[in-house]
Amino acid sequence: MNILELHHLKKYFATQKAVDDISFSIEQGSIFGLLGPNGAGKTTLLRMITGIFYPDEGEIIFDGNKFDALTDILKIGYMPEERGLYKKMKIGEQVLYLAQLKGLSRDDAMQKIKFWFERMEMQSWWNKKVEDLSKGMSQKLQFVTTVLHEPKLIILDEPFSGLDPVNANLIKDEIYGLAQRGSTIIFSTHRMEQVEEICDHIVLVNLGKKILDGSVQNVKNEFKENKFRIQLDGVASITSNNIFEIADEKANSLTVKINEGFKSNDVLKYFINQSINIEAFNEILPSLNEIFIQLVEGSKAVTRSFQKV
Amino acid sequence: MNKIPLIAKREFLTRVQKKTFLLTTILLPLLFFGFYALIIYFSVSTDEKFKIAINDDVNLFKGKIESDNNATFIFVQHQTTQSLKQAVENGKYSGYAVVPSNINILDSITIPVVTENAVGLISRGKIEDKLNTALEQQRLLALNISRSQLDSAKRSANVQFSNLKGKNNSDNEQGFSAAVGYVSGFLIYIVLFIYGTMVMRGVMEEKVSRIAEVIVSSVKPFQLMLGKILGIGAVGLVQFIIWIILMISLNFLLPVIFPHLYQQMHSSAMEPGSMQAADAMHNSGFLSSLGNVNFPLIIGCFIFYFIGGYLLYSSLFACVGCAVNEDPQDAQSLMLPITMPIIFGIVIMSKAVNEPTSGLAVFGSLFPLFSPIVMMARIAHGVGDVVPLWQLLLSMLVLILGFLCTTWFAGKVYRTGILMYGKKPTWKELWKWSMRKS
Repeated sequence: MNILELHHLKKYFATQKAVDDISFSIEQGSIFGLLGPNGAGKTTLLRMITGIFYPDEGEIIFDGNKFDALTDILKIGYMPEERGLYKKMKIGEQVLYLAQLKGLSRDDAMQKIKFWFERMEMQSWWNKKVEDLSKGMSQKLQFVTTVLHEPKLIILDEPFSGLDPVNANLIKDEIYGLAQRGSTIIFSTHRMEQVEEICDHIVLVNLGKKILDGSVQNVKNEFKENKFRIQLDGVASITSNNIFEIADEKANSLTVKINEGFKSNDVLKYFINQSINIEAFNEILPSLNEIFIQLVEGSKAVTRSFQKV
Repeated sequence: MNKIPLIAKREFLTRVQKKTFLLTTILLPLLFFGFYALIIYFSVSTDEKFKIAINDDVNLFKGKIESDNNATFIFVQHQTTQSLKQAVENGKYSGYAVVPSNINILDSITIPVVTENAVGLISRGKIEDKLNTALEQQRLLALNISRSQLDSAKRSANVQFSNLKGKNNSDNEQGFSAAVGYVSGFLIYIVLFIYGTMVMRGVMEEKVSRIAEVIVSSVKPFQLMLGKILGIGAVGLVQFIIWIILMISLNFLLPVIFPHLYQQMHSSAMEPGSMQAADAMHNSGFLSSLGNVNFPLIIGCFIFYFIGGYLLYSSLFACVGCAVNEDPQDAQSLMLPITMPIIFGIVIMSKAVNEPTSGLAVFGSLFPLFSPIVMMARIAHGVGDVVPLWQLLLSMLVLILGFLCTTWFAGKVYRTGILMYGKKPTWKELWKWSMRKS
């Protein structure tokens, strides 16, 4: 079942087509990665999903019904890229206030705050002010305020920036936990290694358009270049052949690219026929990072210029 | 679900719980009264003590001038200037006056007073007064006129102004109404500025600290704005009520704490032309004019125009706050079109106080950008005659429409502005934002 479906969403600003006809859907309980270079339109897209902006065209289906900002935003938790909390307000009161704005009753909110503060070891923060916290600490606090009301859809924009590895892992575990308990998570970032590690499904946007959509595995397969790594027992004398080309050679480890029309077994056969022992053989899939760079580079996205709409 | 009360509550509580709020709310009137008391104290009590020798060869003043605790007069005769000087230098007297010996009492007389040190303004006045009163007495005697004859000659006619509706409005009442009108108009002017800028700063804080995006993903920007305006408005109202209570209680307490000072205040107020003042008091009834001013109506209208004007202007201030970024200078230049009408309002008000029925005053009291300030000045002169009831009701209605308009406009601008970072927009752009369809 899809928790969120976007149909032909468009949002034009005076000088930019920020989001230009984007459609995709997100399955309930999945961890979804929204990728794209700077200025691709990610934030605008997220703001439409959170009801901050109205789309110029297209529609959003949330949880089976047409998205209605008034009621549905209560089921969404949004952590924007630019973090923000009241600097002078006491942390406990602040979290309580934000939770109440999300529609929790005071008692409910208190109970949940207690739970999360204990879990994240933040009990001693209650009477402190946000300005007393370090960047990493306020990041943690921001995360708690985002997920406190147990939203069905959690949107995290660069959730790990500014966190040390220990705290990053803590948050990561919480994200997994939330997904297991049925929340759907949208993850907006340009840190590909995190996406590869966490996300089930990704969409890549560039210049306001969707250019890639699929599960991480599928995307990688789609972009594979038939490269394999072979670990050999001894040094092989390889004559040029029409089965594969050697891309890289390091002592006994070869990286080969199989030519069209041949399969990996043909490569194995080639070495077996030479009676060389094969110790390891595996396919090299491109990293998302490489795919990202390959797709985005040359699109002039880096210097996205102002355009007439 | 409506979250405006929740937002308003936060805005209210965070401001009221601040130490600065307590400080300004309670300390300000105390400070104000402290200054007030000090000024009165210093102006009334002169520590200067004078011992003046009057060389009065013709016995013009002898026995006619009373000494008091500031100035003592000693009468001497046939002293030379030289010996008087000597005496002053020796510290016997602090100064001397010489009454010319061969004079016609009805001519203008010059009495030189020489003192060791320069004499303060108040003491100088006192000495002058005493000499003149004594002289006047002598002149009356010379002309064979008794004091009571003079008084009855001087008594002015009791000119009473009233209008066709038979309502008596004496000078005193007129003056008093003008004062009430001026003060309440001025208070509203201050309120608009203080709390308007407070709203603006609050909005800027939310924008700069980037919490705005978190909040508007939970509530509508319009709710956020309205909650903020209402919360800060409540702060203003509470502050005003505390001030009023403090002022009233201090007014009662002051004479209790400083009975001596209070007496002095009164006696000094009575001194110059005390006869006339007392006369006026009895004739036209200063106290009764107090009673004639309809205080419940004025206070009611004050609260209405306070709230109306505040709502009208604070949403415009919110507009400015959401349009600018960190730079307070940007805010300054955008604020100009808002502060101009407030200042115009006070200019019109100062005219309306004296001429409450002039065309300008009527216009000012109906136009919603000026009416909170100007109408207060007119209402003090009385509703029903100076301000026809229809004008008051129309002005209120227009004000309500006005703030609905500005709130609507601000809400539209706010929605766009609160998440807009980058260069400062112009009012033209703000207008465009407000016209953008949702």
